[in-house]
Amino acid sequence: MASQKRVDEVTGAETTGHVWDGDLTELNKSLPRWWLYTFYACIAWAFAYWLVYPAWPTLTGYTKGFLGYSQRGEVAKDVAAAKSAQNSYRAAIAAMPIADIKKNPELFEFARDGGAAIFGDNCAPCHGRGAQGAVGYPNLNDDDWLWAGDLESIQTTISYGARSGDPKTHDTAMPRFGLDKILEPPQISDIANYARSLSHINVDTAAASRGAPLFADNCAACHGDDGKGNTEVGAPNLTDGIWLYGSSQEMVMRSIETGRGGMMPAWTGRLDPVSIKLVALYVHSLGGGQPEPEKTAPAEAPK
Amino acid sequence: MTMAGGHNKFIADGGGAEAKASSERVETSIYASHKKIYPKEAHGTFRNIKWAVTASTLGLYYILPWIRWDRGPGLPNQAFLLDFANQRLLFGSIEIWAQEFYYVTGALVLSALMLFLVTAIAGRMWCGYACPQTVWTDLMIAVERFWQGDRNARLRLDQSGWSFEKLWKKTATHISWLLIAFATGGALVFYFRDAPTLAIEFATGTAPLIAYAFLGIFALTTYLLGGLAREQVCVYMCPWPRIQGAMLDHDSLFISYRDVRGEPRGSHKREESWEGRGDCIDCKACIAVCPTGIDIRDGAQLECIQCALCIDACNEIMDRIGRPRELIAYTTAANLENATKGPRDGWRIVRPRTILYSILITAIGGLMVWSLLHRADTLVSVAPDRNPLFVTLSDGGLRNGYTVKITNKLQMTRHFRIGISGLTGAHLKFVEFDNQDPVLDVAPAEVRAVKFFVSLTPSARKNLKSDATPTMITVTDIADGKSTSRSTTFSGPTP
Repeated sequence: MASQKRVDEVTGAETTGHVWDGDLTELNKSLPRWWLYTFYACIAWAFAYWLVYPAWPTLTGYTKGFLGYSQRGEVAKDVAAAKSAQNSYRAAIAAMPIADIKKNPELFEFARDGGAAIFGDNCAPCHGRGAQGAVGYPNLNDDDWLWAGDLESIQTTISYGARSGDPKTHDTAMPRFGLDKILEPPQISDIANYARSLSHINVDTAAASRGAPLFADNCAACHGDDGKGNTEVGAPNLTDGIWLYGSSQEMVMRSIETGRGGMMPAWTGRLDPVSIKLVALYVHSLGGGQPEPEKTAPAEAPK
Repeated sequence: MTMAGGHNKFIADGGGAEAKASSERVETSIYASHKKIYPKEAHGTFRNIKWAVTASTLGLYYILPWIRWDRGPGLPNQAFLLDFANQRLLFGSIEIWAQEFYYVTGALVLSALMLFLVTAIAGRMWCGYACPQTVWTDLMIAVERFWQGDRNARLRLDQSGWSFEKLWKKTATHISWLLIAFATGGALVFYFRDAPTLAIEFATGTAPLIAYAFLGIFALTTYLLGGLAREQVCVYMCPWPRIQGAMLDHDSLFISYRDVRGEPRGSHKREESWEGRGDCIDCKACIAVCPTGIDIRDGAQLECIQCALCIDACNEIMDRIGRPRELIAYTTAANLENATKGPRDGWRIVRPRTILYSILITAIGGLMVWSLLHRADTLVSVAPDRNPLFVTLSDGGLRNGYTVKITNKLQMTRHFRIGISGLTGAHLKFVEFDNQDPVLDVAPAEVRAVKFFVSLTPSARKNLKSDATPTMITVTDIADGKSTSRSTTFSGPTP
């Protein structure tokens, strides 16, 4: 082949010998020098890259490179930087009673934003992404609270949960009137009618009037004579428009039969105390938060 | 790919002519190696105008970032600041926010139209006098001339072998170019960060990395484009010489050798008569001064940046040989074709094209000024809560949450109140305030987000006709009572 060089007559350059369409051939030109040297430089660069950065898998790991760089390390550094940027806020929040944090606009804003993020990671699975709740999981936007809605009460509830097994948890339970045969099904039906009538739901008035004395005997101890509930023991207010398990006759009857006894985990140990404060402030700011019990009258408008 | 001889039927079948053509190999290449140009210094009116334009444009460029402008506390006091960090552009009392970037677009459109108008009337004025490439190249050539002497001295120097003299002259030139380049790049970054602060940061080596990066980039490009590449930028890189043909017509000024007067050219002895010959004595002074190295006598050329230095050079010669000036002159194609006596007989400035450009400039400029004077100084946006859309309250009432963002575009703190209309019995509650009708302070040039709840009592709720009741949220400036309203909806269950 080498002896049969094909040469293009116009340019005098050697051709590759390939022919298209009968008369088209390709000049066999050497690579431009600058291109070639760039190519060699790239190869040298690739070798240097192997040495400097993580490159080759080994049996138990990989070559780390002189720089010891890793993307995981980069992320860890970023996370640490973000955490240290929060330190001054978190230290201030840790040192302050929760009710005072609300009076500091900068800390309050930090708490609401941080609390929203922590809520999304930890609380949203049950309470919903917007804290809108679901059947059996309280809506935290409204103004109805099982265990009281002031900041400190919310903080306590988050810290120890409800019926969580924690020594400090809210640990009261409603009797299982149906399952434990405390009441007969017709009686349960009558009480359900009466309880629903407290919220001005149209009910069988005869059944409701039969249920009234049964309610006084069995339920009023916790829910109150007027059915307005008691946040000390987590007894819901039965006179309002909010029913955690639904307001239908069937659902209310089932509540009386089973006692429900919904539970919430204790977050102490899972979240640090500052994070719990942040979540409490966030939940309190969702619209239903109640003023602190010490303050009897809210501050009047300045002008 | 090319046609190879063995398979080329034209060459194979052809006679002697083709065979001859293929043996006489013509060196054709799409690459032309650069011929260095040694412009001679010109003297005269246009050279003086060019010095004045260079001095004023460079002066403006270097001085503008140092002009101070008191905007009050918490705001930058630099008159011209491209404040990317805070997403705003500051020009004296005018503040352009990121969402108003269309003013910058408008300014660019205006600039383009003004360029069109100037080109239609007077040709490549921009290229010849004001283009940064021209200004900096002019400066670099002046520096080169200062160290290495004028055209002939420079030619000699380049042709001679390396000597101590050549070494120090070349070194001094390149060091001066680099100093100018760094001053150029340095001045540019001052437009993006408070100039005195940045100057101190540069001096102490604590400036942000990006400042050093851009200083380096602009220093390098100034050195490369102004010092080394020069006219090649205009000839090979710049699109404008190709575009400007669309703006030029028979009545646009352009610099031309008036061959009616000049031809036939030829050398001339002092005693010879001027009868029967042209005024051009073929002295090539016009070529010597040309910064792009062309012969203007060849007619209009893409390479010609219309810098008018050949006019100065030729006028000087004409004065010396006692012939009238303006053998090379600003003239028009119409005058050249009609072979009129003067260079600008019948120069029509008012033409459909110039009228159109003027109307567009007036209209767009007027629109921009009008909208600038009438733009809102408060921006309000309302975002209703989506999750949950609405909340049922324990008393059976209904509640919606809203986030209102108030943007204060003035450079002073302002106080606002928020109100709602279109909902009877609406009750407002602000998350950050115990007060039901709080005064919201918004800092100068800041955006403040305010979250609040609107509640309806059970009786008011009965009035709702649909699951989305149109309502209006109004933000009122307490100082002047001016209010901005945004429509939104109050959501609820389907009634």
